[in-house]
Amino acid sequence: MWSAGAAYNSRVRSSRERVIETGFRILEHTADAAIEATGKDLRQLFANAARGMFQVITELDSIGETLARDVSADAADREALLVAWLNEFVYLFDVENILFRRFEIGELTETMVKGRAFGEPIDHGRHDVKTAIKSTTYHGLSITGGGDGYRARVIFDV
Amino acid sequence: MPGKIRKIDENRWELPQSFRPGMRVPGIVYADDSLMRDIREDQALEQVANVACLPGIVKASIAMPDIHWGYGFPIGGVAATRVKDGVVSPGGVGFDINCGVRLLRTDLMEADVRPRLDELVTNLFNNVPSGVGSSGKVRLSAKEIEQVMRKGGRWAVEQGWGDADDLEVTEESGTLAGSQPDLISKRARERGAPQLGTLGSGNHFLEVQAVETIYDADAASAMGIEQIGQVTVLIHCGSRGLGHQVCDDYLKVMDAARSRYGIELPDRQLACAPVESKEGRDYLASLACAANFAWANRQCIAHWTRQAFEQVFGQSWRRMGMRQVYDVAHNIAKIERHTVDGKSMRVCVHRKGATRSFPPGHDEVPARYREVGQPVLIPGDMGRYSFLAVGVATAMEETFGSTCHGAGRLKSRSAARRELKGRDIAAELREQGIVVRAASRKGLLEEASMAYKDVAQVIDVAEAAGLVKKVAKMRPMGVVKG
Repeated sequence: MWSAGAAYNSRVRSSRERVIETGFRILEHTADAAIEATGKDLRQLFANAARGMFQVITELDSIGETLARDVSADAADREALLVAWLNEFVYLFDVENILFRRFEIGELTETMVKGRAFGEPIDHGRHDVKTAIKSTTYHGLSITGGGDGYRARVIFDV
Repeated sequence: MPGKIRKIDENRWELPQSFRPGMRVPGIVYADDSLMRDIREDQALEQVANVACLPGIVKASIAMPDIHWGYGFPIGGVAATRVKDGVVSPGGVGFDINCGVRLLRTDLMEADVRPRLDELVTNLFNNVPSGVGSSGKVRLSAKEIEQVMRKGGRWAVEQGWGDADDLEVTEESGTLAGSQPDLISKRARERGAPQLGTLGSGNHFLEVQAVETIYDADAASAMGIEQIGQVTVLIHCGSRGLGHQVCDDYLKVMDAARSRYGIELPDRQLACAPVESKEGRDYLASLACAANFAWANRQCIAHWTRQAFEQVFGQSWRRMGMRQVYDVAHNIAKIERHTVDGKSMRVCVHRKGATRSFPPGHDEVPARYREVGQPVLIPGDMGRYSFLAVGVATAMEETFGSTCHGAGRLKSRSAARRELKGRDIAAELREQGIVVRAASRKGLLEEASMAYKDVAQVIDVAEAAGLVKKVAKMRPMGVVKG
């Protein structure tokens, strides 16, 4: 089994972590960007991970809601599904320049997710877009937890 | 817990195979004591050891002095795998396939440019789209993007953007052979089509520089660098969304293929497949498409850079002597011939944050540089300096003809933002005589000098270890950031 996630967990410099908002926080990573997301169930976890990703890109609070997109993804397992889900937004951001702030998860299994995301196109006058995300990586990727709550760590290449 | 590392000499460290289970070769890290202190701060050494576990890896998992914690491979990592029974790993190249650097020289002197510097930087900022969500001046049609993926830099030159001379002094002449555009996904095309000729964000930049020091007058002269104060332009960017998506697509392919080939890996991001498998061959053919997109990208940007100079100085770029010195990739995998244990063999060399550094006399070095060696371009941070260097023979013997690629980050992006909160970096740089235009204020904080190691320290170790030889140092005058 793959176990790099556990090694990563023990090595994040927790003293410097900063709580941004309930549901996710930005973690320290020298070259790239990392987040930890939490959720009472996997649906909330997937939604919060996507919110965390847009906080890496810009200030989540600066994003309005003028449009919605149906988003779906599938993958071989739960971890890969989280990567695939987040990469849907990397794609929409890159091709249509849309920033999202709110996510509703409809169906969710170990290998498939369907949801709806709400946001607006980039307006450089209002959004200070710090960085684009090239992709979500599998490095140090973990989803842990169970009945009483889930936690995920994700590293992005920026 | 990982094992011990052994100091070989002042600039080399060994991670013996006992460092972690599963290592097929040792790890070699090029660093002095001071750099090693920083390297030990994060997980880069574990990553060097993980790469040593790849099937078919030969000689060593190698790390350059600018090594830092990446994903899968460390950034600053080099690994060569046997073509006949080794693997190719998209994580060994990274998402930004053929991220690289291009250097232009000019006949202009700092004194000519300084009085018009603000205007020039504004012009460059307006001429070369940068930042998040920027679109290029060209929006490629379906047919054109095929041509870009096949022809690379040559496609841009055929549009009249630059000339054949530029291609002569570009790695692979700007066209990596073996590309197969039919393998490229719709998404990769969609992401790439509007982005040709854009710098992007993050650490990518376009910099107007002045030569500050010349270390090797003969080599410098061969590259058109003749005197202190001479103005140069350095461009750093890659294959944009097209390359990112190609990497994404093949991570999935390789992840699924892993069990079929019975490959066990310490990190999922190292997903790989045999070089000679369908997955491996398809990846290399797709990588060639993305690499070609990147060379076309830098060719377009070089052209618009020349146009910006023309607008400001009222002369043609040729009259201003704006010739290209060289263009080299630092995120790429290529099949090359190297000598391993006294035997010549074909290997797949992964360079992730490492620059090819071929010595004098090598066939792949352009004829005009054959006597001095392949130009190597090592950018530093925007407040200090960058280096022009040449490849040397030791690199061929020890690192598959590779050397460092830049300064390497010292602080995370969020740490840099936090420590610099409230500071006006653009104003501070202006005090130092450096004019900066950036698409994002926060992005600029993340890219401040203090977030990076001193590139001089990095290249000095690389030079002392015999991986490269310094030719000239350039300091920034004007910077365009994404």
